Amino acid sequence: MRIAIVDESPARAAVIREGLEASGLSDIAMMSERAGLVARIEAFAPDVILMDLASPQRDELEELFAVSRALAKPVAMFVDQSDDAAMEAAIDAGVSAYVVDGLKAERIRPIVDLAIKRFNAFARLRSELDEARTELAEHKAIDAAKALLMKKRGLDEPAAYAQLRKAAMDSGKRISEVAEALLTAEKLMGGL
Amino acid sequence: MTGTIRLGFLPLVDAALPILARELGFAEEEGIDLQLVRDMSWATVQDRLLYGHSDAAHMVAPLAIATTLGLGRPAVPLSVPFVLGLNGNAITLAPDLAAQVTTVGGPGNMMQIGQRFCALAGERKAAGRKLRLGVVHRFSSHNYMLRYWLRATGTDPGEDVEIVTIAPPFAADALASGEVDGICVGAPWNSVAVERGTGVVVATTSQIWRRGVEKVLAVKRQRLEQERELFDPLLRALYRAGEAFVDPERLEQVAAIMARPEYLDGSADAIRRVVQDLVLFARGYDPVHIPDFMFQHREAANFPWVSQAAWLYAQMVRAGHAKPCRADYQLSQSVFRPDIYRSALGPAGATLPGASSKLEGGIREPTGVGSIQGRLILTADSFFDGESFDPDVYARLLPE
Repeated sequence: MRIAIVDESPARAAVIREGLEASGLSDIAMMSERAGLVARIEAFAPDVILMDLASPQRDELEELFAVSRALAKPVAMFVDQSDDAAMEAAIDAGVSAYVVDGLKAERIRPIVDLAIKRFNAFARLRSELDEARTELAEHKAIDAAKALLMKKRGLDEPAAYAQLRKAAMDSGKRISEVAEALLTAEKLMGGL
Repeated sequence: MTGTIRLGFLPLVDAALPILARELGFAEEEGIDLQLVRDMSWATVQDRLLYGHSDAAHMVAPLAIATTLGLGRPAVPLSVPFVLGLNGNAITLAPDLAAQVTTVGGPGNMMQIGQRFCALAGERKAAGRKLRLGVVHRFSSHNYMLRYWLRATGTDPGEDVEIVTIAPPFAADALASGEVDGICVGAPWNSVAVERGTGVVVATTSQIWRRGVEKVLAVKRQRLEQERELFDPLLRALYRAGEAFVDPERLEQVAAIMARPEYLDGSADAIRRVVQDLVLFARGYDPVHIPDFMFQHREAANFPWVSQAAWLYAQMVRAGHAKPCRADYQLSQSVFRPDIYRSALGPAGATLPGASSKLEGGIREPTGVGSIQGRLILTADSFFDGESFDPDVYARLLPE
């Protein structure tokens, strides 16, 4: 089974590939660049194409599938309309899949199910990563604001932190927001 | 609240009516919480509509027919109770090609430009390098208007040139890199190519057909018929949005809303030009006013004429996309729902044509037509080649 993963995000493509490889599928090509995509797909002649549901390139690819003589005709996987739940799961996960017409449903289903799982896993991973990044940035801002207060107002660390916290509570903001505001003010006002 | 409607759209100027229905409060006044879902390809808009992620969609008109006929994927019957706008597209060529077919900077004679293009296309075909033209979707009005113009001026769109699909956000780049020699796309994407200096507009689709049907509101037929109490108010809100779109006093507000990051995420200046029917043909020139470049409201523009669906089907057959048969012709025409438009918009005081179908391209002088509410005068709806399309005559040409 030849599988092409078309994804602008090489990271997500890699996550999907790992999942497929772990279940013994190895004939996989990852395609992230738009340039020459159509030619590469024709050259690879995949049985299944997995791609981001929201990819701006889907209309171009569907046109290719409609006209290509080199490629066996792939159709949207939703062609198997008997299975509404599977289709909804795919749409929810953000997967679109095109499979060569005539492939047996039982051969395709596990691949698509796996892709759905990996898409979901990637989305989770990314949101965790975003959260971690935000937290890190917030910590940095709070530390810098504390240091600023300690230096300018001659406070010790717990007192500086208490000041930030009080300002946050009084203004109904997060401590990190107060810290950011303080740093911005310092940048603008400088030594005043 | 009557209910919530999620409506899928692509970031194009002709998504204006749904966007304004939400942002100017018309949907809310009708008791609708209108939520807009932005996507980047028609395939995604279509998937979301078919599998329940959205309740309605901004859609290229022929795609609603193709989906109903089951072209390229299993058939799902869609209905079009409201047309979101006419025209607004343009044909843009690489600057060196444009200079050979038109006087750069403004509109020209469509027949002449087409014939010059035909000569060029012939040379390139003979040299083994057919001209490549990009359209936004296989089943798009862009594709069929372009083909109509090419055929009527001597170019066989299937043999003499290569027509490929290219997503609007990539169209300007593809033109710049030489991947395609020309594009037929909607606003604001021609302006993007023109402003970068990588393309020159040679024609607008309104010059090909003064009343070319463009985007429609598509809903799954079964849902539309079963949930009229939900969709009728949406139609009224969209109608109000159309009134606002053409109100000169609202121009700045409309352009500013459309330009916002969650909608077109683009230049308010470029959008304002489009709303005013101003077309920038080439960089360094002044925008030119093209009458009816984008036609969103006047003359019952939102009324889904069955004859528009008939014309589209005829073009799909010409392109080899649909098979010629009377059953499919009937089915295609049944996608457009003037009956629902009338019953939903009667209470809103909209002008309601008496007929559901008309001779397309048959009007040269302002003509009063029968209406069951309001007074309706239709102005020129001509095709550039002077032809007209009679849905009844076409029916007789089709095999059983």
